[in-house]
Amino acid sequence: MLKVHRDICGYCGCCVSVCPEGALELIDAYLCVEKSCTVCGICAKVCPLGALEVAHEK
Amino acid sequence: MKNKYDVLVIGGGPAGAIAAKTAVEKGLSVCLVEKRPAIGAPVRCAEGLGKEALHEFIDPDPKWISAEMTGASIIAPDGFLMKLESQLAGSKVGYILDRKVFDRELVWKAAEAGADVAVKTRASAPIINNGCIQGAKIESCGKVSKIAADIVIAADGVESKFSRWCGIDTTVPVREIMSSVQYVLADIDIDQHSTVFYLGNEIAPEGYLWVFPKGDRTANVGVGISGKKSGEGHRAKDYLDRFVKKTFPHGKPIEYIAGGVSVCRPLECTVADGLIIAGDAARVVDPLTGGGIYNGMYTGRLAAEVAAECIETGDVSRTALMKYDKTWRTSKMGKALVRNYHIKEYLIRQPDAKLNEIIHSVSKLNLRDFTTLSLIKEIIRVNPKLMLELGTLAASIR
Ligand SMILES: Cc1cc2nc3c(=O)[nH]c(=O)nc-3n(C[C@H](O)[C@H](O)[C@H](O)COP(=O)(O)OP(=O)(O)OC[C@H]3O[C@@H](n4cnc5c(N)ncnc54)[C@H](O)[C@@H]3O)c2cc1C
Ligand code: SF4
Ligand code: SF4
Repeated sequence: MLKVHRDICGYCGCCVSVCPEGALELIDAYLCVEKSCTVCGICAKVCPLGALEVAHEK
Repeated sequence: MKNKYDVLVIGGGPAGAIAAKTAVEKGLSVCLVEKRPAIGAPVRCAEGLGKEALHEFIDPDPKWISAEMTGASIIAPDGFLMKLESQLAGSKVGYILDRKVFDRELVWKAAEAGADVAVKTRASAPIINNGCIQGAKIESCGKVSKIAADIVIAADGVESKFSRWCGIDTTVPVREIMSSVQYVLADIDIDQHSTVFYLGNEIAPEGYLWVFPKGDRTANVGVGISGKKSGEGHRAKDYLDRFVKKTFPHGKPIEYIAGGVSVCRPLECTVADGLIIAGDAARVVDPLTGGGIYNGMYTGRLAAEVAAECIETGDVSRTALMKYDKTWRTSKMGKALVRNYHIKEYLIRQPDAKLNEIIHSVSKLNLRDFTTLSLIKEIIRVNPKLMLELGTLAASIR
Protein backbone atom coordinates (compact mmCIF):
# COMPACT_ATOMS: atom_id res chain seq x y z
CA MET A 1 0.00 0.00 0.00
CA LEU A 2 0.93 3.64 -0.36
CA LYS A 3 1.71 5.44 2.87
CA VAL A 4 1.47 9.22 3.19
CA HIS A 5 3.81 10.70 5.79
CA ARG A 6 1.70 13.70 6.69
CA ASP A 7 4.41 15.24 8.83
CA ILE A 8 6.61 15.48 5.71
CA CYS A 9 4.03 16.29 3.01
CA GLY A 10 3.97 19.91 1.83
CA TYR A 11 0.59 19.47 0.03
CA CYS A 12 1.96 20.71 -3.28
CA GLY A 13 0.12 18.46 -5.76
CA CYS A 14 3.25 17.34 -7.63
CA CYS A 15 2.37 13.68 -7.02
CA VAL A 16 -1.25 14.20 -8.09
CA SER A 17 -0.17 15.35 -11.56
CA VAL A 18 1.87 12.22 -12.34
CA CYS A 19 -0.41 9.48 -11.02
CA PRO A 20 -1.49 7.46 -14.07
CA GLU A 21 -4.61 6.21 -12.23
CA GLY A 22 -5.80 9.58 -10.95
CA ALA A 23 -5.79 7.93 -7.54
CA LEU A 24 -4.53 10.92 -5.55
CA GLU A 25 -6.61 13.89 -4.51
CA LEU A 26 -5.44 16.83 -2.48
CA ILE A 27 -8.19 18.22 -0.26
CA ASP A 28 -6.55 21.43 0.89
CA ALA A 29 -3.65 20.14 3.01
CA TYR A 30 -4.80 16.52 3.11
CA LEU A 31 -3.62 14.07 0.47
CA CYS A 32 -6.10 11.21 -0.08
CA VAL A 33 -5.24 7.91 -1.76
CA GLU A 34 -8.16 6.31 -3.53
CA LYS A 35 -8.87 2.61 -4.03
CA SER A 36 -7.77 2.74 -7.68
CA CYS A 37 -4.09 3.06 -6.55
CA THR A 38 -2.02 0.25 -8.05
CA VAL A 39 0.98 1.00 -5.78
CA CYS A 40 3.15 1.62 -8.84
CA GLY A 41 5.40 3.99 -6.85
CA ILE A 42 5.61 6.77 -9.46
CA CYS A 43 4.29 9.38 -7.04
CA ALA A 44 6.74 8.29 -4.34
CA LYS A 45 9.61 8.74 -6.79
CA VAL A 46 8.77 12.31 -7.79
CA CYS A 47 7.70 13.74 -4.42
CA PRO A 48 10.18 16.59 -3.79
CA LEU A 49 10.09 16.00 -0.03
CA GLY A 50 9.92 12.21 0.21
CA ALA A 51 6.52 12.11 1.89
CA LEU A 52 5.25 8.99 0.11
CA GLU A 53 6.32 5.44 0.78
CA VAL A 54 5.42 2.19 -0.89
CA ALA A 55 5.01 -0.06 2.13
CA HIS A 56 5.26 -3.76 1.29
CA GLU A 57 2.87 -5.94 3.22
CA LYS A 58 4.48 -8.85 4.97
CA MET B 1 -23.88 31.31 -4.24
CA LYS B 2 -26.62 30.46 -6.72
CA ASN B 3 -27.15 27.04 -8.27
CA LYS B 4 -26.86 28.20 -11.90
CA TYR B 5 -24.32 30.46 -13.63
CA ASP B 6 -23.26 31.15 -17.20
CA VAL B 7 -19.69 30.21 -16.29
CA LEU B 8 -18.23 28.19 -13.42
CA VAL B 9 -14.50 28.72 -12.91
CA ILE B 10 -12.60 26.04 -10.98
CA GLY B 11 -9.46 27.33 -9.29
CA GLY B 12 -8.48 30.73 -7.89
CA GLY B 13 -4.94 31.02 -9.32
CA PRO B 14 -3.97 33.61 -11.97
CA ALA B 15 -5.71 31.65 -14.77
CA GLY B 16 -9.01 31.28 -12.91
CA ALA B 17 -9.02 34.83 -11.54
CA ILE B 18 -8.44 36.48 -14.92
CA ALA B 19 -10.98 34.13 -16.53
CA ALA B 20 -13.61 35.08 -13.94
CA LYS B 21 -12.93 38.81 -14.22
CA THR B 22 -12.99 38.76 -18.04
CA ALA B 23 -16.19 36.70 -18.15
CA VAL B 24 -17.98 39.15 -15.84
CA GLU B 25 -16.78 42.08 -17.93
CA LYS B 26 -18.30 40.33 -20.97
CA GLY B 27 -21.65 40.40 -19.20
CA LEU B 28 -21.78 36.79 -17.96
CA SER B 29 -22.81 35.52 -14.54
CA VAL B 30 -19.77 33.85 -12.99
CA CYS B 31 -18.87 31.78 -9.95
CA LEU B 32 -15.27 30.97 -9.02
CA VAL B 33 -14.56 28.14 -6.58
CA GLU B 34 -11.22 27.62 -4.83
CA LYS B 35 -10.66 24.56 -2.68
CA ARG B 36 -8.03 26.09 -0.44
CA PRO B 37 -9.17 28.24 2.48
CA ALA B 38 -6.96 31.18 1.46
CA ILE B 39 -6.30 32.44 -2.08
CA GLY B 40 -2.61 32.32 -2.94
CA ALA B 41 -1.40 30.38 0.10
CA PRO B 42 0.71 28.38 0.42
CA VAL B 43 2.63 29.91 -2.51
CA ARG B 44 3.78 27.39 -5.11
CA CYS B 45 5.99 29.68 -7.13
CA ALA B 46 9.33 31.50 -7.45
CA GLU B 47 7.27 34.58 -8.35
CA GLY B 48 9.31 35.88 -11.31
CA LEU B 49 7.48 37.70 -14.11
CA GLY B 50 8.71 39.81 -17.04
CA LYS B 51 7.83 43.48 -17.19
CA GLU B 52 5.77 43.42 -20.41
CA ALA B 53 4.02 40.22 -19.39
CA LEU B 54 2.74 41.83 -16.20
CA HIS B 55 1.82 45.17 -17.78
CA GLU B 56 -0.39 43.40 -20.32
CA PHE B 57 -2.77 42.46 -17.49
CA ILE B 58 -2.39 44.82 -14.58
CA ASP B 59 -0.49 47.95 -13.54
CA PRO B 60 2.26 47.18 -11.05
CA ASP B 61 1.40 47.97 -7.46
CA PRO B 62 3.96 48.10 -4.62
CA LYS B 63 1.46 46.12 -2.52
CA TRP B 64 2.34 42.92 -4.38
CA ILE B 65 5.75 43.62 -5.90
CA SER B 66 8.55 42.32 -3.72
CA ALA B 67 11.44 43.49 -5.91
CA GLU B 68 12.26 44.98 -9.31
CA MET B 69 14.88 43.27 -11.49
CA THR B 70 17.38 44.97 -13.79
CA GLY B 71 19.29 41.88 -14.89
CA ALA B 72 19.99 38.20 -14.51
CA SER B 73 22.97 35.87 -14.21
CA ILE B 74 23.41 32.33 -15.46
CA ILE B 75 26.00 30.24 -13.64
CA ALA B 76 27.61 27.39 -15.54
CA PRO B 77 28.24 23.99 -13.92
CA ASP B 78 31.91 25.02 -13.41
CA GLY B 79 30.92 28.28 -11.72
CA PHE B 80 31.50 30.64 -14.67
CA LEU B 81 29.03 33.53 -14.60
CA MET B 82 27.24 34.96 -17.64
CA LYS B 83 25.62 38.32 -16.97
CA LEU B 84 22.48 39.39 -18.81
CA GLU B 85 21.49 43.02 -18.96
CA SER B 86 19.09 45.15 -20.88
CA GLN B 87 20.61 47.30 -23.64
CA LEU B 88 19.34 50.21 -21.64
CA ALA B 89 21.66 49.64 -18.69
CA GLY B 90 19.90 49.71 -15.34
CA SER B 91 16.39 49.66 -16.77
CA LYS B 92 13.77 47.44 -15.22
CA VAL B 93 13.23 44.08 -16.95
CA GLY B 94 10.97 42.19 -14.58
CA TYR B 95 9.51 41.71 -11.16
CA ILE B 96 9.52 39.30 -8.29
CA LEU B 97 5.92 39.30 -7.11
CA ASP B 98 4.45 38.64 -3.72
CA ARG B 99 1.98 36.04 -4.94
CA LYS B 100 0.06 35.70 -1.71
CA VAL B 101 -1.05 39.30 -2.24
CA PHE B 102 -0.98 39.26 -6.07
CA ASP B 103 -3.30 36.24 -6.40
CA ARG B 104 -5.68 37.80 -3.88
CA GLU B 105 -5.68 41.06 -5.78
CA LEU B 106 -6.63 39.25 -9.02
CA VAL B 107 -9.47 37.35 -7.34
CA TRP B 108 -10.58 40.52 -5.56
CA LYS B 109 -10.75 42.28 -8.92
CA ALA B 110 -12.95 39.47 -10.26
CA ALA B 111 -15.18 39.72 -7.19
CA GLU B 112 -15.32 43.50 -7.45
CA ALA B 113 -16.36 43.20 -11.10
CA GLY B 114 -19.28 41.02 -9.97
CA ALA B 115 -18.16 37.38 -9.82
CA ASP B 116 -19.31 35.21 -6.92
CA VAL B 117 -16.31 33.68 -5.15
CA ALA B 118 -16.21 30.77 -2.71
CA VAL B 119 -13.13 29.51 -0.85
CA LYS B 120 -12.65 26.17 0.90
CA THR B 121 -15.01 25.03 -1.83
CA ARG B 122 -13.96 22.16 -4.06
CA ALA B 123 -15.33 20.91 -7.34
CA SER B 124 -15.44 17.15 -6.74
CA ALA B 125 -17.06 15.84 -9.94
CA PRO B 126 -18.41 17.12 -13.22
CA ILE B 127 -22.11 17.12 -14.08
CA ILE B 128 -22.30 15.48 -17.52
CA ASN B 129 -25.45 15.19 -19.64
CA ASN B 130 -25.33 13.52 -23.05
CA GLY B 131 -21.56 13.93 -23.09
CA CYS B 132 -21.71 17.66 -22.38
CA ILE B 133 -20.20 19.13 -19.20
CA GLN B 134 -22.90 21.22 -17.56
CA GLY B 135 -21.50 22.16 -14.18
CA ALA B 136 -19.97 20.50 -11.17
CA LYS B 137 -20.67 18.86 -7.88
CA ILE B 138 -19.37 21.19 -5.18
CA GLU B 139 -18.19 20.37 -1.66
CA SER B 140 -17.98 23.35 0.65
CA CYS B 141 -17.18 23.06 4.36
CA GLY B 142 -18.98 19.74 4.65
CA LYS B 143 -21.95 20.68 2.45
CA VAL B 144 -22.49 19.06 -0.94
CA SER B 145 -24.34 20.91 -3.68
CA LYS B 146 -24.50 21.24 -7.45
CA ILE B 147 -23.72 24.24 -9.59
CA ALA B 148 -25.02 24.18 -13.15
CA ALA B 149 -23.19 26.21 -15.78
CA ASP B 150 -23.25 26.62 -19.56
CA ILE B 151 -19.47 26.46 -19.61
CA VAL B 152 -16.99 25.23 -17.01
CA ILE B 153 -13.48 26.73 -17.12
CA ALA B 154 -11.09 24.28 -15.47
CA ALA B 155 -8.19 26.36 -14.11
CA ASP B 156 -7.32 23.89 -11.39
CA GLY B 157 -3.55 24.07 -11.73
CA VAL B 158 -0.89 21.37 -11.85
CA GLU B 159 -3.18 18.71 -10.33
CA SER B 160 -5.67 19.13 -13.18
CA LYS B 161 -8.15 16.60 -11.80
CA PHE B 162 -11.36 18.14 -13.13
CA SER B 163 -10.50 17.53 -16.80
CA ARG B 164 -9.41 14.04 -15.88
CA TRP B 165 -12.83 13.37 -14.35
CA CYS B 166 -14.24 14.56 -17.69
CA GLY B 167 -12.27 11.83 -19.47
CA ILE B 168 -9.23 13.84 -20.61
CA ASP B 169 -5.85 12.36 -19.72
CA THR B 170 -3.85 15.11 -18.00
CA THR B 171 -1.13 12.84 -16.54
CA VAL B 172 2.31 14.48 -16.68
CA PRO B 173 5.09 12.08 -17.78
CA VAL B 174 7.53 11.43 -14.92
CA ARG B 175 10.49 12.84 -16.82
CA GLU B 176 8.53 16.03 -17.50
CA ILE B 177 7.51 17.04 -14.02
CA MET B 178 9.89 19.44 -12.32
CA SER B 179 9.95 18.24 -8.76
CA SER B 180 10.63 21.46 -6.82
CA VAL B 181 11.37 22.87 -3.38
CA GLN B 182 11.99 26.42 -2.29
CA TYR B 183 12.93 28.37 0.82
CA VAL B 184 12.42 32.05 1.35
CA LEU B 185 15.83 32.70 2.89
CA ALA B 186 16.38 35.80 4.99
CA ASP B 187 19.63 37.48 5.96
CA ILE B 188 21.72 36.44 2.94
CA ASP B 189 24.17 38.32 0.71
CA ILE B 190 22.60 38.82 -2.71
CA ASP B 191 22.32 41.38 -5.48
CA GLN B 192 18.76 42.48 -4.81
CA HIS B 193 18.10 43.52 -8.42
CA SER B 194 19.27 40.44 -10.28
CA THR B 195 17.93 36.91 -10.58
CA VAL B 196 20.46 34.07 -10.62
CA PHE B 197 20.08 30.70 -12.39
CA TYR B 198 22.46 27.79 -11.67
CA LEU B 199 22.76 24.99 -14.20
CA GLY B 200 24.39 21.57 -14.09
CA ASN B 201 23.83 17.94 -13.37
CA GLU B 202 25.36 18.16 -9.92
CA ILE B 203 23.26 21.13 -8.89
CA ALA B 204 19.90 20.43 -10.60
CA PRO B 205 19.70 17.49 -13.03
CA GLU B 206 17.56 18.43 -16.05
CA GLY B 207 16.36 21.52 -14.24
CA TYR B 208 17.88 24.54 -12.58
CA LEU B 209 18.36 26.20 -9.24
CA TRP B 210 17.22 29.77 -8.73
CA VAL B 211 17.88 32.72 -6.45
CA PHE B 212 15.12 35.30 -6.95
CA PRO B 213 15.50 38.36 -4.70
CA LYS B 214 12.50 39.33 -2.59
CA GLY B 215 14.15 42.56 -1.47
CA ASP B 216 17.13 43.45 0.63
CA ARG B 217 18.96 40.31 1.89
CA THR B 218 16.01 37.99 1.24
CA ALA B 219 15.33 35.69 -1.70
CA ASN B 220 13.33 32.76 -3.01
CA VAL B 221 15.99 30.06 -3.22
CA GLY B 222 14.71 26.93 -4.89
CA VAL B 223 15.44 24.05 -7.20
CA GLY B 224 13.54 22.00 -9.72
CA ILE B 225 14.79 18.62 -10.98
CA SER B 226 13.29 16.17 -13.44
CA GLY B 227 10.98 13.61 -11.83
CA LYS B 228 13.10 10.99 -13.60
CA LYS B 229 16.15 12.06 -11.58
CA SER B 230 14.28 12.16 -8.27
CA GLY B 231 14.40 9.36 -5.69
CA GLU B 232 15.32 8.47 -2.15
CA GLY B 233 18.43 10.40 -1.09
CA HIS B 234 18.48 12.54 -4.25
CA ARG B 235 15.26 14.48 -4.16
CA ALA B 236 14.82 18.19 -4.88
CA LYS B 237 15.06 18.83 -1.16
CA ASP B 238 18.44 17.05 -0.96
CA TYR B 239 19.81 19.20 -3.81
CA LEU B 240 18.51 22.41 -2.29
CA ASP B 241 19.77 21.69 1.22
CA ARG B 242 23.22 20.88 -0.16
CA PHE B 243 23.33 24.17 -2.07
CA VAL B 244 22.06 26.28 0.81
CA LYS B 245 24.51 24.72 3.26
CA LYS B 246 27.38 25.59 0.94
CA THR B 247 26.25 28.98 -0.42
CA PHE B 248 24.10 30.53 2.29
CA PRO B 249 25.11 28.67 5.47
CA HIS B 250 23.78 31.48 7.66
CA GLY B 251 20.53 32.03 5.75
CA LYS B 252 17.35 31.77 7.78
CA PRO B 253 14.40 30.05 6.14
CA ILE B 254 11.18 31.97 6.77
CA GLU B 255 9.09 29.88 4.36
CA TYR B 256 9.36 26.37 2.99
CA ILE B 257 7.32 25.20 0.04
CA ALA B 258 7.21 22.33 -2.44
CA GLY B 259 5.74 22.13 -5.91
CA GLY B 260 5.49 20.44 -9.26
CA VAL B 261 5.89 22.24 -12.58
CA SER B 262 4.88 20.51 -15.79
CA VAL B 263 7.37 20.97 -18.64
CA CYS B 264 5.63 18.61 -21.05
CA ARG B 265 3.78 19.42 -24.25
CA PRO B 266 0.35 21.03 -23.78
CA LEU B 267 -2.75 18.79 -23.69
CA GLU B 268 -3.61 17.51 -27.14
CA CYS B 269 -6.94 19.29 -26.96
CA THR B 270 -7.89 21.90 -24.37
CA VAL B 271 -11.66 21.92 -24.86
CA ALA B 272 -14.60 19.48 -24.69
CA ASP B 273 -18.37 19.96 -24.89
CA GLY B 274 -19.07 22.63 -22.26
CA LEU B 275 -15.46 22.67 -20.97
CA ILE B 276 -12.42 24.91 -21.47
CA ILE B 277 -9.10 24.10 -19.78
CA ALA B 278 -6.76 27.01 -18.90
CA GLY B 279 -3.40 27.63 -17.25
CA ASP B 280 -1.29 24.88 -15.69
CA ALA B 281 -4.26 22.50 -15.98
CA ALA B 282 -3.86 22.71 -19.78
CA ARG B 283 -0.09 22.14 -19.37
CA VAL B 284 0.86 25.47 -20.93
CA VAL B 285 3.82 26.26 -18.66
CA ASP B 286 6.87 27.39 -20.63
CA PRO B 287 8.89 24.13 -20.73
CA LEU B 288 12.23 25.94 -20.85
CA THR B 289 11.78 28.39 -17.97
CA GLY B 290 9.00 26.75 -15.97
CA GLY B 291 7.17 30.09 -16.03
CA GLY B 292 3.39 29.80 -16.06
CA ILE B 293 1.95 32.98 -14.55
CA TYR B 294 1.70 34.84 -17.84
CA ASN B 295 0.52 31.81 -19.82
CA GLY B 296 -2.12 31.17 -17.16
CA MET B 297 -3.43 34.73 -17.35
CA TYR B 298 -3.33 34.70 -21.16
CA THR B 299 -5.26 31.44 -21.52
CA GLY B 300 -7.64 32.44 -18.70
CA ARG B 301 -8.58 35.65 -20.48
CA LEU B 302 -8.95 33.91 -23.84
CA ALA B 303 -11.07 31.14 -22.30
CA ALA B 304 -13.52 33.74 -20.97
CA GLU B 305 -13.63 35.63 -24.27
CA VAL B 306 -14.44 32.49 -26.25
CA ALA B 307 -16.93 31.38 -23.58
CA ALA B 308 -18.77 34.69 -23.93
CA GLU B 309 -18.99 34.37 -27.73
CA CYS B 310 -20.20 30.78 -27.57
CA ILE B 311 -22.81 31.46 -24.87
CA GLU B 312 -24.06 34.38 -26.95
CA THR B 313 -24.58 32.16 -30.01
CA GLY B 314 -25.96 29.31 -27.87
CA ASP B 315 -23.38 26.78 -29.07
CA VAL B 316 -21.03 25.48 -26.36
CA SER B 317 -20.01 22.34 -28.25
CA ARG B 318 -16.42 21.21 -28.52
CA THR B 319 -16.42 22.35 -32.16
CA ALA B 320 -17.47 25.88 -31.22
CA LEU B 321 -15.04 26.06 -28.28
CA MET B 322 -12.17 24.89 -30.53
CA LYS B 323 -11.69 28.58 -31.36
CA TYR B 324 -9.99 28.82 -27.94
CA ASP B 325 -7.64 25.92 -28.64
CA LYS B 326 -6.73 27.18 -32.12
CA THR B 327 -6.21 30.78 -31.00
CA TRP B 328 -3.74 30.07 -28.21
CA ARG B 329 -1.83 27.50 -30.27
CA THR B 330 -1.24 29.98 -33.10
CA SER B 331 -0.52 32.89 -30.71
CA LYS B 332 2.94 34.14 -29.84
CA MET B 333 2.63 32.20 -26.58
CA GLY B 334 1.65 28.98 -28.37
CA LYS B 335 4.55 29.23 -30.78
CA ALA B 336 6.97 29.95 -27.94
CA LEU B 337 5.76 26.78 -26.18
CA VAL B 338 6.65 24.65 -29.23
CA ARG B 339 10.03 26.30 -29.72
CA ASN B 340 11.00 26.26 -26.05
CA TYR B 341 9.95 22.62 -25.73
CA HIS B 342 12.49 21.67 -28.40
CA ILE B 343 15.20 23.82 -26.84
CA LYS B 344 14.55 22.24 -23.46
CA GLU B 345 14.80 18.78 -25.00
CA TYR B 346 18.13 19.77 -26.56
CA LEU B 347 19.53 21.29 -23.38
CA ILE B 348 18.65 18.44 -21.01
CA ARG B 349 20.65 16.08 -23.21
CA GLN B 350 23.83 18.14 -22.94
CA PRO B 351 26.57 17.08 -20.53
CA ASP B 352 27.97 19.69 -18.13
CA ALA B 353 31.04 20.16 -20.36
CA LYS B 354 28.82 21.33 -23.19
CA LEU B 355 26.84 23.69 -20.93
CA ASN B 356 30.16 25.13 -19.73
CA GLU B 357 31.27 25.63 -23.31
CA ILE B 358 28.07 27.47 -24.26
CA ILE B 359 28.09 29.72 -21.22
CA HIS B 360 31.84 30.44 -21.47
CA SER B 361 31.33 31.81 -24.96
CA VAL B 362 30.17 35.11 -23.56
CA SER B 363 30.53 36.72 -20.16
CA LYS B 364 28.13 39.59 -20.67
CA LEU B 365 25.12 39.96 -22.94
CA ASN B 366 23.17 43.13 -23.53
CA LEU B 367 19.75 42.10 -24.70
CA ARG B 368 17.52 44.35 -26.77
CA ASP B 369 14.40 42.90 -25.22
CA PHE B 370 14.78 40.81 -22.13
CA THR B 371 13.19 37.57 -23.32
CA THR B 372 14.29 33.95 -23.58
CA LEU B 373 14.05 34.26 -27.37
CA SER B 374 16.52 37.12 -27.61
CA LEU B 375 18.81 35.32 -25.14
CA ILE B 376 18.75 32.20 -27.32
CA LYS B 377 19.36 34.24 -30.47
CA GLU B 378 22.36 35.95 -28.87
CA ILE B 379 23.81 32.66 -27.66
CA ILE B 380 23.48 31.20 -31.14
CA ARG B 381 25.08 34.31 -32.63
CA VAL B 382 28.23 33.76 -30.57
CA ASN B 383 28.08 29.97 -31.00
CA PRO B 384 27.30 29.56 -34.72
CA LYS B 385 28.04 25.84 -34.38
CA LEU B 386 24.88 25.46 -32.29
CA MET B 387 22.80 26.28 -35.33
CA LEU B 388 23.84 22.98 -36.89
CA GLU B 389 23.30 21.01 -33.70
CA LEU B 390 19.81 22.40 -33.31
CA GLY B 391 19.01 21.16 -36.80
CA THR B 392 15.47 21.76 -38.01
CA LEU B 393 14.68 23.56 -34.79
CA ALA B 394 16.97 26.40 -35.76
CA ALA B 395 14.45 27.62 -38.32
CA SER B 396 11.96 28.54 -35.63
CA ILE B 397 14.50 30.72 -33.83
CA ARG B 398 15.47 33.06 -36.64
C1 LIG C 1 8.35 25.92 -7.36
C2 LIG C 1 7.67 26.66 -8.46
C3 LIG C 1 8.24 27.82 -8.98
C4 LIG C 1 7.61 28.53 -10.00
N1 LIG C 1 8.16 29.70 -10.42
C5 LIG C 1 7.53 30.46 -11.37
C6 LIG C 1 8.04 31.74 -11.74
O1 LIG C 1 9.04 32.22 -11.20
N2 LIG C 1 7.38 32.41 -12.70
C7 LIG C 1 6.25 31.94 -13.30
O2 LIG C 1 5.70 32.61 -14.19
N3 LIG C 1 5.73 30.74 -12.94
C8 LIG C 1 6.34 30.00 -11.99
N4 LIG C 1 5.79 28.79 -11.59
C9 LIG C 1 4.57 28.32 -12.25
C10 LIG C 1 3.36 29.08 -11.71
O3 LIG C 1 3.31 29.01 -10.31
C11 LIG C 1 2.08 28.49 -12.30
O4 LIG C 1 2.25 28.33 -13.68
C12 LIG C 1 0.86 29.35 -12.05
O5 LIG C 1 0.53 29.43 -10.70
C13 LIG C 1 -0.32 28.77 -12.85
O6 LIG C 1 -1.51 29.41 -12.56
P1 LIG C 1 -2.87 28.61 -12.60
O7 LIG C 1 -3.93 29.59 -12.27
O8 LIG C 1 -2.97 27.84 -13.85
O9 LIG C 1 -2.76 27.50 -11.46
P2 LIG C 1 -2.56 27.68 -9.88
O10 LIG C 1 -1.94 28.97 -9.55
O11 LIG C 1 -1.92 26.44 -9.41
O12 LIG C 1 -4.07 27.71 -9.34
C14 LIG C 1 -4.90 26.60 -9.38
C15 LIG C 1 -5.85 26.68 -8.20
O13 LIG C 1 -6.90 25.72 -8.36
C16 LIG C 1 -7.23 25.20 -7.11
N5 LIG C 1 -7.93 23.92 -7.31
C17 LIG C 1 -7.39 22.76 -7.76
N6 LIG C 1 -8.34 21.81 -7.85
C18 LIG C 1 -9.51 22.36 -7.46
C19 LIG C 1 -10.84 21.88 -7.32
N7 LIG C 1 -11.15 20.60 -7.64
N8 LIG C 1 -11.80 22.71 -6.87
C20 LIG C 1 -11.49 24.00 -6.56
N9 LIG C 1 -10.24 24.52 -6.65
C21 LIG C 1 -9.25 23.72 -7.11
C22 LIG C 1 -5.89 25.07 -6.41
O14 LIG C 1 -6.05 25.01 -5.01
C23 LIG C 1 -5.17 26.34 -6.88
O15 LIG C 1 -5.34 27.41 -5.99
C24 LIG C 1 6.40 28.05 -10.56
C25 LIG C 1 5.82 26.89 -10.05
C26 LIG C 1 6.43 26.21 -9.00
C27 LIG C 1 5.77 24.98 -8.46
S1 SF4 D 1 4.35 15.47 -3.92
FE1 SF4 D 1 4.90 14.95 -1.82
S2 SF4 D 1 4.79 16.89 -0.71
FE2 SF4 D 1 3.68 17.20 -2.64
S3 SF4 D 1 1.55 16.68 -2.13
FE3 SF4 D 1 2.47 14.81 -2.91
S4 SF4 D 1 3.17 13.75 -1.07
FE4 SF4 D 1 2.80 15.86 -0.46
S1 SF4 E 1 1.41 4.47 -6.31
FE1 SF4 E 1 0.97 4.80 -8.49
S2 SF4 E 1 -1.25 4.46 -8.66
FE2 SF4 E 1 -0.81 4.71 -6.48
S3 SF4 E 1 -1.15 6.89 -6.09
FE3 SF4 E 1 1.03 6.65 -6.55
S4 SF4 E 1 1.21 7.02 -8.74
FE4 SF4 E 1 -0.96 6.65 -8.31
